[in-house]
Amino acid sequence: MNAAKVETPLGRFWSEFCESRIAIVALIVLALIVILALLAPWITPQNPYDLAQVDVLDGKLPPGSEAYVGYTMWLGSDGAGRDLYSAILYGIRISLTVGLAAGFIALAIGTAIGLVAAYAGGRVDTLIMRAVDIQLSFPAVLIALVLVAILGRGIDKIIIALVFAQWAYYARTVRATALVESAKEYIEAARCLALSHTRIIFRHVLPNCLAPLIVIGTVQTASAIALESTLSFLGVGLRQTEPSLGVLISNGFEYMLSGRYWISFFPGLALLLTIVSINLVGDQLRDVLNPRLKR
Amino acid sequence: MTAFIIRRLMQAILVVFLMSLIVFFGVNVIGDPVDMLISPEADQAEIERTIRALGLDRPITEQYWYFLKGVATGDFGKSFIFGEPALQLILQHMPATVELALVSLLMAILLGIPLGLYAGLYPDARISKGIMAGSILGFSLPSFWVGLMLIMLFAVILGWLPSTGRGDTAVFLGIESSLWTRDGLSHLFLPAFNLALTNISLVIRLTRAGVRETMHQDYIKFARAKGLPERRVISVHLMKNILIPIVTVLGLEFGGLLAFSVVTESIFAWPGMGKLLIDSLLQLDRPVVVAYLMIIVLFFVIINLLVDILYSVLDPRVRLRDQNT
Repeated sequence: MNAAKVETPLGRFWSEFCESRIAIVALIVLALIVILALLAPWITPQNPYDLAQVDVLDGKLPPGSEAYVGYTMWLGSDGAGRDLYSAILYGIRISLTVGLAAGFIALAIGTAIGLVAAYAGGRVDTLIMRAVDIQLSFPAVLIALVLVAILGRGIDKIIIALVFAQWAYYARTVRATALVESAKEYIEAARCLALSHTRIIFRHVLPNCLAPLIVIGTVQTASAIALESTLSFLGVGLRQTEPSLGVLISNGFEYMLSGRYWISFFPGLALLLTIVSINLVGDQLRDVLNPRLKR
Repeated sequence: MTAFIIRRLMQAILVVFLMSLIVFFGVNVIGDPVDMLISPEADQAEIERTIRALGLDRPITEQYWYFLKGVATGDFGKSFIFGEPALQLILQHMPATVELALVSLLMAILLGIPLGLYAGLYPDARISKGIMAGSILGFSLPSFWVGLMLIMLFAVILGWLPSTGRGDTAVFLGIESSLWTRDGLSHLFLPAFNLALTNISLVIRLTRAGVRETMHQDYIKFARAKGLPERRVISVHLMKNILIPIVTVLGLEFGGLLAFSVVTESIFAWPGMGKLLIDSLLQLDRPVVVAYLMIIVLFFVIINLLVDILYSVLDPRVRLRDQNT
């Protein structure tokens, strides 16, 4: 070890993360997807939802065909004549937005509830954890379906449904970690200093629960994206005017049986890359952040 | 023990009651079936008559009271679309779903156990690493995407298997099933495999973990020291011990299979209750949606109740901990 080089926690974290080649590749793929999605309006030949730019005559063209206005549709076009490459980049934007929004809100709500349960203990804890247990005994897809049946379609409603389907995972994880942390000496010391409850919870307990939160945060975001695309594919998720990857795949499904595979296949591939790369990054994060697995 | 069961039973009833409140009021607030079911040309008198026939003119609390009374007698109201009792409609679609779920459970066992056994016995082999990587994919890929790829590969490109519908059924031993005809089997294979994927991955991981743990036990070493052939050590001493957790988990997963069949049935146009739910959701056929959700919730609550009771019988610590809280 080079003594002159100061090892910061972040630096150590990074070098441990880089030990897995698959995780680096996944991180690069994920970064590329995010950058492409962010830059979509500037790097796509067409805004697929501006009707003036879409020509029905270009419909269902196979990959590599020339569009009526001149550019090449490398991934082909869908039934309405939209360039699939453009549609996919715009679709990733929507899928990522829904997944991240649902992930963050569920994380915030679940964390708050889990912390309260752990810190309050007693009856409050029992009541909250019973609710968590009951909810986790139903599969997430079923809960999402119940909520979609109640709320209807649309981005805001799907985010609410996903948050409801996922908060319990965060609550359980945070509670378990917070219970362990609360029993440690430094919390006892903080209590002896007569610090306020909010200060102890947010400044002392919460920061030490972050590692497992980050790990399930990534995995649950991936599953939120998958769940949204599943609901959209079934026709009960996002509307046609909010074309996430799931909606694109669903639109292409009717053409698949007639051999026009590309309309569903390429959006599906984009979805797959997104979900798998998030999961692989999450896996490596778990290995790095879990102290029990440390050598 | 009795106190524990009674407490759990009360809890189960409470959950069902809460769900009935959420589902009924939730579903009845969205959408207006009147707009959908009555043609725009209908005159006012006809609209009124239909509303009265469907019971939509009553206050919602009264509708809920009738709904509860109906549920107690198994009457969820009539489907707006089919005009048949909702419960009957669901029961008609149930055999197809149960058949799909059972076949996929069987697939999970027949494929998952040998693969997991191999991965556990030879953890460093290339094939084992491939199996484990595959099982991660089985967990993380959205099942509808895999379903699409299966259709693309086997139905469109290769043309080996049909991709939609249930195919012919036949009656054998008093059970009507597509298992008894060639056409039915060929229709069943893709959806069942699609539904089984997550569970295949699960069984692979459980089996592998079980094998890795059990192979170091003294009784395995002893069996080997006795000079038993390796095949007998694996098939008797090892398998018997790792099967218990696998069977338990798979039993628990059965409810999940019924819920997940919603996705698979929609992709493969399998005429089960999951597809019925999605169709009803899209057509705002409220009685069917409510009935389906109530039935599946009831089903889950019963499964969980049985598991809780079973665990408390097997492991007294569960019941003691419950008393303390």
